Amino acid sequence: MSQSSAAPLAPAVELPAIPLLQIGTWVVFYGLLAMLAIFFVSADQGAISLPAGNAVHEWVHDARHLLGYPCH
Amino acid sequence: MITHNPGRKPALTPAAFLIRGLVAGLLAGLIGFAVAFAFGEPHIDDAIGLEEAAAAHLTHEEMQAEEAEADKPGMVEISRDNQKSWGLLTGMAVVGTALGGLAALASASVIGRLGRVSARGSTLLVGGIGFVSVALVPFLKYPATPPAVGSPDTIGHRTSDYFALLLVSVLAAIAAVVVARRLSGRFDGVNAALMAAGGYVVVVVVAGLLLPSVDELGTFPADTLWYFRRASLLTLASIWATIAVALTLLVGKLYDDATADAERRALAASL
Repeated sequence: MSQSSAAPLAPAVELPAIPLLQIGTWVVFYGLLAMLAIFFVSADQGAISLPAGNAVHEWVHDARHLLGYPCH
Repeated sequence: MITHNPGRKPALTPAAFLIRGLVAGLLAGLIGFAVAFAFGEPHIDDAIGLEEAAAAHLTHEEMQAEEAEADKPGMVEISRDNQKSWGLLTGMAVVGTALGGLAALASASVIGRLGRVSARGSTLLVGGIGFVSVALVPFLKYPATPPAVGSPDTIGHRTSDYFALLLVSVLAAIAAVVVARRLSGRFDGVNAALMAAGGYVVVVVVAGLLLPSVDELGTFPADTLWYFRRASLLTLASIWATIAVALTLLVGKLYDDATADAERRALAASL
C-alpha cells in the first residue's frame, strides 16, 4: 500500500505531542487520587475496611455489583 | 484584522485534558446510573428477594450470629430505596469521573504519537482500549454477580484475583500500544496494530488460565443471573461509550482551537 493514500482521519499537519515527563507528574498524582476513589466504590469494607463497619459498602452496594466488582 | 482573546488561549497541557476527562467522566457516570437503574435494578431486587427467602430457612444459631454481626459498631442499614437511587448514583458518578480523568491522561499521552492518527481518532481509540482492558476482559473471567451469589468467606481472594487480572490487562494494553508504535516502523500501521492486539489477547488469556476460577453460584436461577450480567455489561459499555464520545468531542475541539491559534500566530509572525 502506498503511503500517499491518506486515511480520512489523517491530519494535514504534524500533531504536537505533549512531553511524557510533563504528563507523568499528572499521572502519578491524579492516578493515586483516582485509585483511592475507585477503591472506596469497588472494594472498601469487603476484603479491606477503612473505616471499620459497612456504611460505605452499603451506600455504594448496588454500584459495586453492577460495575462488576466482587461483592459479598 | 486578527481577533485574539488572550484570556481564552487554548493550550495543550495535561490539565486541559484532565478537566475535559473529568467532565466526560461525570457525564458517563450519570448515563451509567440511568442505564444501571433502568436495566440492572429490577434484577438486583429479584436477587435480594431470593436472598431473603433463603434467610427464612436459617437456623436459630445462624440468625443469632447475623444479629450479633449487625450490632457491631459502625454497622448501618441503608434502605433499598436509598441504595438503588442515591447510593447507586454516588458509586457511578465517582467511578465514571475517576475513569474519565484516567482516559483523558491516556489520550494526552498517545496524541501525536500514533503515526497519522488524528487527535479525535486517538481519543476514540483510548476509549475503546479502556473498555476492553478495564471492563470487558476482567468481566469475561470474573463476571459481575448479583446479591445472594458469592460467599463472604472468599471475598478476600476473589477481590485480589479480580484486581490482579485488571492490573495485568491494563499493563498489557499499555504495552500493546507501545509495541504497535515500534512495529509501525517496519510494518503497515494496521498490521502493526493487529499484531500488538494479538499479543494483548495472548497475555490476558494466559493470565486468565493461571488465575483461579470462581464457582459459587449454587442453585441461583440462571435466567436472573444472565439478565443481571447483561445489564452489568450494558452499564459498563454505556460508561465507556460516553467517556469515548464526549472526550473525543472535547479533545477534538481543544485541538482545533490550538491549531487555529498556532496558525494565527504563524501568520502574525510572517507579517
